[in-house]
Amino acid sequence: MKRLILAVLTLTLLLAPFAHADSRTVILATTTSTQDSGLLDLLVPLFEKESGLQVKTIAVGSGQAMKMGEKGEADVLLVHSPDAEKKFMADGFGATRRLVMHNDFIIVGPSADPARIKGTGATDAIKRIAQAGAFFMSRGDNSGTHAKEKVLWKGAGVNPDGQKWYQQTGLGMGQTLNVAAEKKGYTLTDRATYLALKKGLNLVILVEGDSKLLNIYHVIELAPARSPKINTAGGKAFADFMVAPKTQGVIGRFGVDKFGAPLFFPDAGKNPAALGL
Amino acid sequence: MGLILEGIREAFHLFATLDSEVMAVTLLSLKVSCCATLISLLLGIPVGTLLALADFPGRRLVISGVNTGMGLPPVVVGLFVTIFLWRNGPLGFLEILYTPAAMIIAQAVIATPIVAGITIASIQNLPANLKLQVLALGATRPQMVWILVREARLPLLAGVMAGFGGVISEVGASIMVGGNIKGQTRVLTTATVMETGKGNFDTAIALSLILLSLAFGVNYLLTLVQQRERPR
Repeated sequence: MKRLILAVLTLTLLLAPFAHADSRTVILATTTSTQDSGLLDLLVPLFEKESGLQVKTIAVGSGQAMKMGEKGEADVLLVHSPDAEKKFMADGFGATRRLVMHNDFIIVGPSADPARIKGTGATDAIKRIAQAGAFFMSRGDNSGTHAKEKVLWKGAGVNPDGQKWYQQTGLGMGQTLNVAAEKKGYTLTDRATYLALKKGLNLVILVEGDSKLLNIYHVIELAPARSPKINTAGGKAFADFMVAPKTQGVIGRFGVDKFGAPLFFPDAGKNPAALGL
Repeated sequence: MGLILEGIREAFHLFATLDSEVMAVTLLSLKVSCCATLISLLLGIPVGTLLALADFPGRRLVISGVNTGMGLPPVVVGLFVTIFLWRNGPLGFLEILYTPAAMIIAQAVIATPIVAGITIASIQNLPANLKLQVLALGATRPQMVWILVREARLPLLAGVMAGFGGVISEVGASIMVGGNIKGQTRVLTTATVMETGKGNFDTAIALSLILLSLAFGVNYLLTLVQQRERPR
């Protein structure tokens, strides 16, 4: 009996430091690309130091991040799925939506390039992959990348669903790239994740620079009316931080030392039309 | 092959330099899984003992339930614990989602049926007449139960190992209820998933090796206790 009491006591002591319920934490729901590229590892500590708030980064696809926002299970979103975001705002789930940065999507594949898409435009490339029946790995997870990919298929007038060469991984960008490399398939990826993972992959950039392949990130504050439990002040602090000039400078320099080129281009305050939106 | 060697080298490097982030992640893994195992013992052993000794209608059904629970998929546990702990969920007022406490709860849910199931088997494997003999010698019922549990302590240790092994190695629940947050809820398994996603295979291998050594270390200690008391 004595031992039992001792065990319970130890347990309580061990658990005590874990139970902290406070408004000093901000839940950031975001896409895997911001985490897998390493950008958040740099920005989050800066924000925490500056604001004294604690950030809980939940890296999921943009679709799931917005679902968390709808349910009031996050305080601020950093996402890259413009069409879904517009709907999210129209439905009244968001308070503000501000442009943060962009980079671009690229189509990567094996250097042998069986569908011969190198140097073509995005739509053309997608058509050729379908015609050749070459393996294409889709995220298949309602992420921002997956949403972009669906727009491309639609634009090309191809319905890839159920085709043998079209495979959905349901995984994050990094893992999907690994699968594509192993299966010698094509995939659509954001440039940042590709560059961060490039060294271990046998995939080369085949299509880039098409204006259809722009990848734009917005930070969204949530509408407090939807759920009283949302930490709106914390969410606003993070959103303000993301578009602050100092942070934008950090974003613009991120990756230069490692890859020789920036992974993201800061866009705060710019007119979305300037990006071709 | 070169990659694995690189991973081993990286593991030694992380160990040797006492890399503070890796140490924190390792310590948290140990803390969370030990707490969860402890809770599962407090719940699983009494429940298992009760199911092994008591007789009531539907007992076999309950035991089948426990035995099924021994194979409870961590992601299923993770999903349900997440839904319960959401801010707007039934237990949202606790505000513990994405904290180690949530991970402990999820892992305890995974480990409890394992401990209970092995407890049932251990108690029922005792000589059938032991119970009668103890009672005949004048023990009260609680004393009898206590003696039976004590007699079964060696196989019960196997339950502790199985429970701990189940939770230290699971990733599905931890990543869902913990969120793999740097410095807060990142444990060895979730960090391994993330590093793999980032393409840092050497670090991922290093973390796996640390996880394996940890599991081995804990099991070695438990095995020492178990074998020391081996009935001759």
